[in-house]
Amino acid sequence: MTAPLDDTSILPLELADVSFAAGGNRLIKDVTLRFEPGLKTVMIGPNGAGKSLFLRLCHGLLHPTQGSIRWQQETGAERHQAMVFQRPVMLRRSVAANIDYALKLRQVSRRDRGDIIDRVLHQTGLRRLADQPARVLSIGEQQKLALARAWALKPQVLFLDEPTASLDPAATHSVEEIIAAIHDADTRIIMTTHDLGQARRIADEVLFINRGRILEAAPADRFFNAPENDLAQAFLRGELLWWNKGQDNRRQGMPPKGENQ
Amino acid sequence: MKRVILMALMTTVIGLLPGPALAAEKFFTLVGTTSTDNSGLYEKILPLFTARTGIKVRVVSVGTGRAINIAKNGDADVLLVHHKTSEEKFVAEGYGLKRYDVMYNDFIIVGPENDPANILGLKSVVDGLAQIAATKSFFVSRGDDSGTHKKELSIWKMTGIDAAKASGTWYREAGAGMGATLNTASAMPAYTFSDRGTWLKFENRGGLRLMTESDPLLLNPYGVILINPKRHPHVKAKMGQAFIDWITSPEGQAAIKAYRINGRQAFFPNAKE
Amino acid sequence: MTDFSDAFAAAIGLVLGLDTSLTEIVGLSLRVSLTAVAIATFIGLPVGAAIALFRFPGRFFFVVATNALMGMPPVVVGLIVYLLLSRAGPFGVFGLLFTPTAMIVAQVLLVTPIIAALTRQVIEDLWIEYEEQMRSLGAGPGRAVPALLWDGRFTLITAILAGFGRASAEVGAVMIVGGNIDHVTRVMTTSIALEVSKGNLALALGLGMILLVLSASINAAAYLIQHNTKRWHA
Repeated sequence: MTAPLDDTSILPLELADVSFAAGGNRLIKDVTLRFEPGLKTVMIGPNGAGKSLFLRLCHGLLHPTQGSIRWQQETGAERHQAMVFQRPVMLRRSVAANIDYALKLRQVSRRDRGDIIDRVLHQTGLRRLADQPARVLSIGEQQKLALARAWALKPQVLFLDEPTASLDPAATHSVEEIIAAIHDADTRIIMTTHDLGQARRIADEVLFINRGRILEAAPADRFFNAPENDLAQAFLRGELLWWNKGQDNRRQGMPPKGENQ
Repeated sequence: MKRVILMALMTTVIGLLPGPALAAEKFFTLVGTTSTDNSGLYEKILPLFTARTGIKVRVVSVGTGRAINIAKNGDADVLLVHHKTSEEKFVAEGYGLKRYDVMYNDFIIVGPENDPANILGLKSVVDGLAQIAATKSFFVSRGDDSGTHKKELSIWKMTGIDAAKASGTWYREAGAGMGATLNTASAMPAYTFSDRGTWLKFENRGGLRLMTESDPLLLNPYGVILINPKRHPHVKAKMGQAFIDWITSPEGQAAIKAYRINGRQAFFPNAKE
Repeated sequence: MTDFSDAFAAAIGLVLGLDTSLTEIVGLSLRVSLTAVAIATFIGLPVGAAIALFRFPGRFFFVVATNALMGMPPVVVGLIVYLLLSRAGPFGVFGLLFTPTAMIVAQVLLVTPIIAALTRQVIEDLWIEYEEQMRSLGAGPGRAVPALLWDGRFTLITAILAGFGRASAEVGAVMIVGGNIDHVTRVMTTSIALEVSKGNLALALGLGMILLVLSASINAAAYLIQHNTKRWHA
């Protein structure tokens, strides 16, 4: 693969006093954080808390209305990131061609592209589907393809926005394995989920967000055993499932299985 | 994807290229009237001119009003129409070099075979039109400012009747060429004012019959004019003049005289010696 | 009813006799309309995509204009092009009037709005779905255009066919700017108009049938291609 112009790490990522407002409302409030290399961070919180917005701000799809988001590299940090969304977005071309497209955008040479595509398809178990139209694949397979595509770019940071929310348990399991493999290959994982079980399985570090504010940030062990913030505690108990502005809906009982936003 | 773009590119280039022979072709543009063209005269006599001179004639056929308009703009090289007053004005205003007599044909009145206005046999076309107005029988006019239309209006003027005022009732203005107007007259059925050439060739007569002919008022003289090269320097003056010289020459005049539609002579050469 | 059977007979006669003027006229019709559609596609696809993807002052006007121009009467376009190309007009010096080139120009003006307006709609809808993922991969709207056009290809081909239909069916524009000159600018539609004006209705109808068959064949071919690649259109 063509070596990136600058081999230095883009991490750590520093957010300083970041806020994001839209339509007159502040949806993300005063976030100050630092992402060091190496870990898998999972952000959890009720629906509507701002998880998706947060990821998009970090990735650069949105810009903060206040505060700053700084990577280690002044420019060109985008080239070393990738993102997988809740619903995979594939072009109307073959599985292999979708990955090829992403590599072409990064100006990877033709010779290298072929090898990379082969490798990631193999690693995600999609090799036999290489020439199929990407969009006839099941949603689970398409999501694995999205991961393969992201992986092909050798990102230093991979953002994932509720990647298994639309998938069945088998596909969810596959995807989690792939995420683990990508992490083992030296990619920083920053993802959101509404599935507490998944958070427990994956997270090295947990961020708890509610109403746009990060209320707790802790190593996974500590968070799941003894969360400090009372709202976090409520969330882990299964209360505080969703939040509407102007109301403080607290519902009793466990969150229903497989609930999507 | 690249192949699609390549094919589209090739199509465009091939499409825009002039046809193989065109680049070297000698031609000039003649603008004339649809009635003359539809009579088939050009098909017969123009090849004779081309054979004699090697010059091809591109004929644009429109109504008289538009033909004069095109000629004024300099979009053609030679004008051949049949409305003397307009032609003389054209030359007087400097758009044309000189008007030459070429030929004349004549107009006729045709109408429904049951002849509701009872004009069959009338020698005077003025009387005929007056009777059509009096009986309020359907009459279709070309209404398109053509030579034929202008002639029709001039005869109405002589009846003293303002036919245009009745437009939409028994007097219908088609705003169309001779063929289309004949189609309309055939379908209604109605009387109409036609040139003999188009009528002789017309195949959709339905119940229409020839009603009035031979009145001297119905004579229709043609004039040919070279568009003034001083006004429009790009005009193909030499080729245009060659055509005018030919068509007024004994050879051209004989060709006009020899042209027959269904056995009848349609055009009568009258170029001055 | 006799007219229809006469027309059918006339049509068969022309085709079987491989009437040379018929082949000439059909050839010119195809050359003019296909070229016009090719050029209109070159212009319309990127223009439509640009209007879809970028915000610029006056964008609203462009959207409304391209949509409205789809319904522009051919005879009006013909008149405008005549005034532009006439010797008395701004581009008269090129001497393009009464040539196939003028006809192509007029048809380009007729067809481009169709392709641009439909492209705009297709690209707009696609971008809504694709934007975040494309930006994440490093493709802003500019870089994404080729991929978007390719992804919308099924709908865009239909738009191009609609453009071809419009071009090959119109008579108003080509009559005015072409002049219906025999062997030079006479196409199927102007031939039909001419034969009608001469009262040769059967022949006119026969020519009309041939035109219909041509148009149907092109559409059938395009549909077959789309049908066979249907799985890519998921």
